Amino acid sequence: MKGNEAIAESAIRAGGLCYFGYPITPQSEIAEYLAHRMPEVGGVFLQIESEVAVANCLYGAAGAGARAWTSSSSPGISLMMEGVSYIAASELPCVIVNIVRCGPGLGGILPSQGDYFQAVKGGGHGDYRCLVLAPSSVQEAVDLMPLAFDRADRYRNPVMVIGDGMIGQMMEPVEFKEQEFPPLPSKDWATTGCKGRMPNVINSLYLDPVIEEKLNFKLSAKYEEMKKNEVRFEEYRTERELDCLLVAYGTTARVCKTAIQRLDEGGIRAGLLRPITLFPFPEEKVYELAQRSGLVISVEMSTGQMLEDVRLAVGKTKPVYFYGRAGGMVPSPEEVQGAVKSHLGGNK
Amino acid sequence: MKVIFSRPESLSTTPTHYCPGCTHGIIHRLVAEVIDELGLRERTVGIAPVGCSVLAFNYFNFDFQQAAHGRAPAVATGIKRARPDLIVFTYQGDGDLASIGMSEVIHAANRGEKFTVVFINNAIYGMTGGQMAPTTMPGQVTTTSPRGRDVNDVGYPIRMCELIASLRTPAFVERVAVHNPKQVLNARRALKQAFSYQKDNVCFTFVEFLSTCPTNWGLAPIQATQWLEENMLPYYPVKNFKMPEKAGEKKDAD
Repeated sequence: MKGNEAIAESAIRAGGLCYFGYPITPQSEIAEYLAHRMPEVGGVFLQIESEVAVANCLYGAAGAGARAWTSSSSPGISLMMEGVSYIAASELPCVIVNIVRCGPGLGGILPSQGDYFQAVKGGGHGDYRCLVLAPSSVQEAVDLMPLAFDRADRYRNPVMVIGDGMIGQMMEPVEFKEQEFPPLPSKDWATTGCKGRMPNVINSLYLDPVIEEKLNFKLSAKYEEMKKNEVRFEEYRTERELDCLLVAYGTTARVCKTAIQRLDEGGIRAGLLRPITLFPFPEEKVYELAQRSGLVISVEMSTGQMLEDVRLAVGKTKPVYFYGRAGGMVPSPEEVQGAVKSHLGGNK
Repeated sequence: MKVIFSRPESLSTTPTHYCPGCTHGIIHRLVAEVIDELGLRERTVGIAPVGCSVLAFNYFNFDFQQAAHGRAPAVATGIKRARPDLIVFTYQGDGDLASIGMSEVIHAANRGEKFTVVFINNAIYGMTGGQMAPTTMPGQVTTTSPRGRDVNDVGYPIRMCELIASLRTPAFVERVAVHNPKQVLNARRALKQAFSYQKDNVCFTFVEFLSTCPTNWGLAPIQATQWLEENMLPYYPVKNFKMPEKAGEKKDAD
């Protein structure tokens, strides 16, 4: 299946039956798939006038208790940031799929990882975070969608699934597996009509600084919970002492795996730490592996964004370098091998 | 003893923060009365805007969502699409609806979303302290049009009812006023019609209320009423602009 269509089908199977969207390349297949599929399953599909409106539809629908979600690509995600800030502040669950294209500005339609900062550092105004999941294959994208919906409901927080144009456009065989999650608390906070109870209000306005600060610290405590419970990553060839630790996510991580295999043949021991959650970032694991490695390289399809989190995790304990391509260019295994060799210099 | 006047169940007991002479209080009460009369309170969700009525959720006694500036019609769309059984209305001022939220309201109207818009037009930004709105009258002095609104610079005020009624889809569009008892009764009738249509699953209903803002107009409440009559009524006629098409009725050539 094509990545975009597989994501759409997986969302439906996870109960994501309320979708609002606006067309943008390279993810329009998600909306096109849902336009015919949602009516078959009795769900909501609405193409609306802008991504600004999309985010506010999510706010309304999630506030009324629905499993609401959308998909878009970078410029569209920027337009949604206003609404996402309100969604996070009002503690509403929703899932946002960003099939990242290159930027800034209109950029291009080719794959990129240039939205890392926007996704993991907030993105909209105010003090909030999204839980950010980053699949590196179509199968993993399919597997992460049910988790995204579950965690959105569990934390009452937006969850972003961030793939690059490659994940969205690539065709790979997929299997839709049943996933079991512990029962979720009921959405007794939703605005579903006040029959038999006091009115519910979905709101993010707190003019009293004492109350607003309480909300800020409550949200912050939730993000700390995520850091404790939600860190996900994959290790590859890290079971040994390493000359070089690569840190990469998404499509870039797959390129790194090929590079590591080829470096092996030349006697260079490289390993990969692939974050699956970008927020929370697997900082402890990065630190731990860095201690067994000569140096660390963050490999990205950007000019160096995750690099900052890798540096925070490693500190001054090991040298941290960067290799990246941008503008829609996907790094080749040869380029990654070259970067590793050049940083190892005479040592190998 | 017979009770002939009481607080509608749909109004909470919280005192409002509105200025003396402001007509928000009257319009809140009309909305509450109509919802009570139609027996809709327990399945109603209101959407508060950004502006003077941002705290409307404190004054009504049913479920509420507070929306980002101008986005109430998108929020209402989300609720109504997810839960078509709910009765949904937005309560928006002129800055919220006719300026920053123009896109949201026009497209919701054109899609025929099955909710009601209660639009408060007082020709000025109230909460931010009296700046020029898209509905500010020609020559009207505001803090951002200190020499009066210059139509050569910023154009003429937008007539929202006329704009929305130009679309084929919306079902019910009416402008009302609340500056005297006769107009209040007429406004109540129009509002009840709008909510009745929504109850019957008829699409987009829109009621514009001409409203006064004595504080930011710099007028006493009674003078403000006169100003509204003399300046706003001729430009914003109080009337019905659109009624639902009857079954089988064909308007325009398709």
